[in-house]
Formats: sequence, C-alpha cells, structure tokens
Amino acid sequence: MTRIRDQRESRNASGVEGENATIGSEKQAPEETVNIGVAEYCVTDNSHVLASYGLGSCVGVVLYDEKRRIGGMAHVMLPDSTAITKKGNPGKFADTAIKAMVEEMEKLGSRRADIKAKIAGGACMFTIPGAVNPRNVPGPCLGMQIGERNVEAAKAALREHRIRLVAEDTGGNYGRTMRFEISSGKVTISSIKHGRKEL
Amino acid sequence: MAEGRGLTPLQLDALREVGNIGSGNAAVALSTMVDKKVLLSVPRATLVPLVKVSDLVGGAETPVVGIYLHISGEASGSMLLLLEEHSANQLAHLMVSGSEQGELSMVEQSALQETGSILAGSYLNALSQMTGLLLRPSVPGFAMDMAGAIIDFILVEISQSEDYVLVIETEFDILEHVIKGHLILFPDLGSLDLILGRLGVSG
Repeated sequence: MTRIRDQRESRNASGVEGENATIGSEKQAPEETVNIGVAEYCVTDNSHVLASYGLGSCVGVVLYDEKRRIGGMAHVMLPDSTAITKKGNPGKFADTAIKAMVEEMEKLGSRRADIKAKIAGGACMFTIPGAVNPRNVPGPCLGMQIGERNVEAAKAALREHRIRLVAEDTGGNYGRTMRFEISSGKVTISSIKHGRKEL
Repeated sequence: MAEGRGLTPLQLDALREVGNIGSGNAAVALSTMVDKKVLLSVPRATLVPLVKVSDLVGGAETPVVGIYLHISGEASGSMLLLLEEHSANQLAHLMVSGSEQGELSMVEQSALQETGSILAGSYLNALSQMTGLLLRPSVPGFAMDMAGAIIDFILVEISQSEDYVLVIETEFDILEHVIKGHLILFPDLGSLDLILGRLGVSG
C-alpha cells in the first residue's frame, strides 16, 4: 500500500513505516484506494477512495463536505481519550479523531454546516453467555461492549461538533469493510455475512 | 522501533521460548486429538504496530475462523487460535467424521471451539509452570469473519496506552491435510512485566 500525501492532504498514521519518507507533492492517480488502518485517519480533497477493512468493534467514521468534495475517514478503536494519560495518535479515539478531522477539513476550506457524517462498525464479535469479560463485568459480550461504546462516543463527538449524522450501519455480530469514494460521496459497506450495500 | 517500550534481545528470546514450550504442548494435544503429525514453526515474539496486526494472517479482510479465550488470574491477556477458512473446514472434518463439505455445522463449530480451548489450555499450562503464575482461560468464544474484525477488540485493552502490541505467534501444520493455523498469545502490558520478571529477564 502506498502512503500518499500531498500538500492538501493530511494524514495521521501511527508512524510505522517512514511516515515522512513517502510524501509526494504530485497529485496521485484518481480513485486510488487509501487504506485507513486501525487507529488511523485521513482527510483529503483528492478524488481518492478511503477504505477501512475488517471493522469489528472498531468504528469507521466518514465526514463529507459535498459542496467542496472534501472528505475524511477515521478507523477508531476506543471511545474516549479523556481517561487515558498516554494518548498516542488521535485516530485511536472517537473524540480526538473526529475533532482532528473536523479541524483539518476546516483548514481545507470546509464549513461545519456543510459537513455530514456516516458511521459503520461497532459490532460485538464474540458472544459467550455467562462469561466474564476483560473488565470482570459479567456480560454476554466479551470486550466490555466496546463496539457499542465506540458508536455512542462517535455520536456524542459528532453532536458536540454540530455535525449531522445522516446514516449508520452499526452493531450486530459481524465484521464490515467501509469504502468511501470522495468524488461521488458514495459510502459502501461490505461484509461476509450480508454482502455489499450502499450506506 | 518501539516507542517507549523496547524489549531487549534477551527478553524477546525468553518470550520466544514461552511460545516454543507453550505451542509444543499444544501441538502434542492437537496431535493426540486428530491422531496426525503436527509440525510447528519457530515461534515469533514481536512488537507489532496496531495497524499491522491483521497482516499476520494475510490482511484485514481475509475470512478466518477465530477461537478466542480471555486469560485472567495472576496475569491477564488474550489467546487466539486463528484458522483460515479452508483449514478450519479441514480440521472440522477431521474432528467430526462423516460431515459434509461446505458451511460449518453447529457440531463442527463446537468441535473447533473445543479444539481452541484444549490448545490454549495446554499452552497456558506450560506458561503457568514456567512462570509459577496462576492463569485461568475463559470459556472459548467462536467467530467466523474477517480477520481484522476478529482481532480488533482484543487490541482494545492493550492499546489504551500503547500503539504496539506484543504478539507471540506460532504457526502449525497438519501435514497430510494442509491445515495451517496460528496460535497467538497477547499478554496485557502489566502482565508482560510480570511474566518477564518470573522468567528472570526483567528490564
């Protein structure tokens, strides 16, 4: 996967593979797919396709300004950064990822009133009746109902930034892949269990 | 490469040894169960960035069967048995004779679940003996889905404070049947220090 970034694209990767090494200043071929990995986000006005593959309890957040064709996607894995001391990259948490994306879209010229949001994911992958999950809270879903909490936190952050949530495909017990075509604003969700659909 | 948390070569060696003995035990259990030879790879102990964890099994969208056990007791973490779709089918047919090809039946699913439980149990037994720590595996959870989706919630606990996760991974092969699986141990970070201490290689 090529890491791309030009002057009008900002991306927060976890800085693993030469974060600064592969920055091109030329526009890439249109419709290139950018993989937004776990805890990453990307905001761009290029005509890329942004994709988060295999969302389980993670939540994919798409923000789109249709007027100016500016869009962003985040692949958040945790609801809330406030209780965490060592925060790491903002793309990891629902609150910080959405804040960062909104700010960067505004830098590219978006107005908050024009930004709309779609979210997907937040599933509960393993259900064991009567099992004790990692926080030692008895409950049917292993993993502290983290999917559900991610969805709630994403919605709360969107409300806080006064961004309208226009569609969601969340919950359930299956993984999803979210694709977002910036040129058309089209968001598709695919899963092994339910095939592909437009959101 | 690991910001904030470097592991020395000696520590990584010790963790590989944990993987070796743990999965050795698990392989014996598996071999007895299916009455076939089981080959093991040299275990890997690596700090993997969160973004890359699903690459261990061929990418986030790869369809896999995952059997998950949470570890509690004196140390905590997660244990995951991952099988690619084909391997899962093959293994299920070995366990439940006379079953048909195609989608996994409930019986086959529960057979795989039990396999995961037994493998994890023997792995953890070995780890427990090496470290003197009491480790309790949970009831196994079963999921059949994209690898990324199966792995991501396991990272939640670990990733609250770190952008890397320690993965101790062994691949196994049941030769005549082209069955390949991954047995992965994700120790929680606090527990990692404890385990390293018990192994006599604390930082």
